[in-house]
Amino acid sequence: MAASVSSSKLTELSERALEVRRDVVRMTYTAKGGHPGGSLSVTDLLVALIFEELSLDPSQPNWPDRDRLVLSKGHAAPALYSALAHRGFLPVEELLTLRKVGSRLQGHVDRQKLPGIEASTGCLGQGIGMAVGMALDNRLAHRTSRVYAIIGDGECQAGPTWEALMAGGHYRLDNLLVILDRNGYETDGSTEAIMGIDPIAEKFRAFRYETIEIDGHDFRQILDAFARARENRGRPTAIVAKTIKGKGVSFMEHQHAWHGKAPNREEAQKALTELGATL
Amino acid sequence: MVERTMESLRDAYGKALVELGTRDPTLVVLDADLSGSTRRALFGQKFPDRFFNVGVMEPTMMTMAAGLALSHRTVFASTFAIFAAGQSYNMVRQSICYNQANVKIVATHGGLLVGGDGGTHQMLEDIALMRGLPNMTVIVPADGPTTRSATFAVTELEGPAYIRLTRENLPTVSDGTFVLGRASELRSGGDLTIVAVGALVARALDVAEELHRVGVEARVLDFASVKPFDQKALLRAARETGAILTMEEHSVLTGVGSLVAAATSENYPVPVRRLGVPDVFGESGDPWTLMDRFGLSKERALEEAWDLLKMRGKVQ
Repeated sequence: MAASVSSSKLTELSERALEVRRDVVRMTYTAKGGHPGGSLSVTDLLVALIFEELSLDPSQPNWPDRDRLVLSKGHAAPALYSALAHRGFLPVEELLTLRKVGSRLQGHVDRQKLPGIEASTGCLGQGIGMAVGMALDNRLAHRTSRVYAIIGDGECQAGPTWEALMAGGHYRLDNLLVILDRNGYETDGSTEAIMGIDPIAEKFRAFRYETIEIDGHDFRQILDAFARARENRGRPTAIVAKTIKGKGVSFMEHQHAWHGKAPNREEAQKALTELGATL
Repeated sequence: MVERTMESLRDAYGKALVELGTRDPTLVVLDADLSGSTRRALFGQKFPDRFFNVGVMEPTMMTMAAGLALSHRTVFASTFAIFAAGQSYNMVRQSICYNQANVKIVATHGGLLVGGDGGTHQMLEDIALMRGLPNMTVIVPADGPTTRSATFAVTELEGPAYIRLTRENLPTVSDGTFVLGRASELRSGGDLTIVAVGALVARALDVAEELHRVGVEARVLDFASVKPFDQKALLRAARETGAILTMEEHSVLTGVGSLVAAATSENYPVPVRRLGVPDVFGESGDPWTLMDRFGLSKERALEEAWDLLKMRGKVQ
């Protein structure tokens, strides 16, 4: 069921992702705070959603038939802000206001401040429940639009994540896609060392999700999985996207220390050099 | 004492929901395995497609409610107060209040009158928790008619609301007139003011009646609208009566009494006595016996009232 993805499309998405990664470094450096590790791991998934998968219209952010994305791991805000900016929801120049007083770019996404944000999140374990509510609404209103929720792997330790997953399975929400950014690390270290969540795909299956395991940095696999999810009937889909925390910046990759720490000037310059850019 | 009709607040709420659901086809109702106890079953029978019983997952009931509300629906979510305000606090905070989601939480079984289930289920901190949340409206009705009008009133505002109901049937003390942000003066008087909410409003009226027999006229204010709070009516009462007694089935540390004390001391200081549950958990027992045992008896209220009157030199 492979989606026909042209190589020019793949190139375009890769370039977008590179832009977003550069922005994540610049934003967290400028803000002197934020979560670069989990922003860089989820970047390709977000880019595939915002630039390819979701039906969105930046000129009408509240268009009733739009697809909806809930970033349950709200700390990956920098990556989402950047993708939305390049998609036309906000000026790219605004990105450097992240975490500053008066900015629309809060440390965790805030729907009341910024168009394009569907739900304010930050405290973990709440996004899937909101996505389930939105998917139920689509069904009640006979709307064909879809709801996407992105969760982190540390978040899979939270009880309410499983409550909400259970509800999505129970209501057979085939208009719901849950994407797990499985980068393997949380604030203090590896998820498996702290409180293991594996076998995670089997858990999703047990909760009645059609579950697809992919490389979360391979756009072809990502788009194929999205296409499969759209065809799936009678139950929700979960994608376990294996990713690399800090992806794209060698010294951040697989390093939990970069979960919630901003790069200093030297580190930011080094990271940007690796990403083919400058501060 | 005056004979009053008794009515279940939960029944009044359940019936109001059915009417609201008929009027507004987007309205949905969520429940967490207590739809019989909380009276949403009525709505569920009439509108099965718009009724979701999510089982024992109150936190996720709140996040789901937020998601439905962010899709432009009016959403009612109900469970016991301990689960609504306690178990689900951060979901109410982030998914509902921070998101300014149009969710009306109707929490039944608030306070000591839960009775036999005991301290685990007797929620005595919810007014404090909910009142402290930005964007939240908080209502504690005293009787069936007010419950009905409050249920209607919260649908007129876009945003979160918390209505606290009690399990026991309560005497009807009003004609059900309810205006958000306005206290109801259920009895006029110039010697003393009693501010009460919920189940203690009827008791406050009984206390006022006793005082009347000895020539003391107490004003009784029903502060069902806890947030927004009718500061004007409160300060007028402070000015005109010079002393205030508060009565509530909630922790005395953080309830309506502390709000009254703060608002008067900042604006028009008068002696205030706060009757509430002391800083302890509740316990099992006959509901109304528990009220007396935890310091909310009519006799205790009369003693406090008398002390206040003495302080003001109104009695010997």
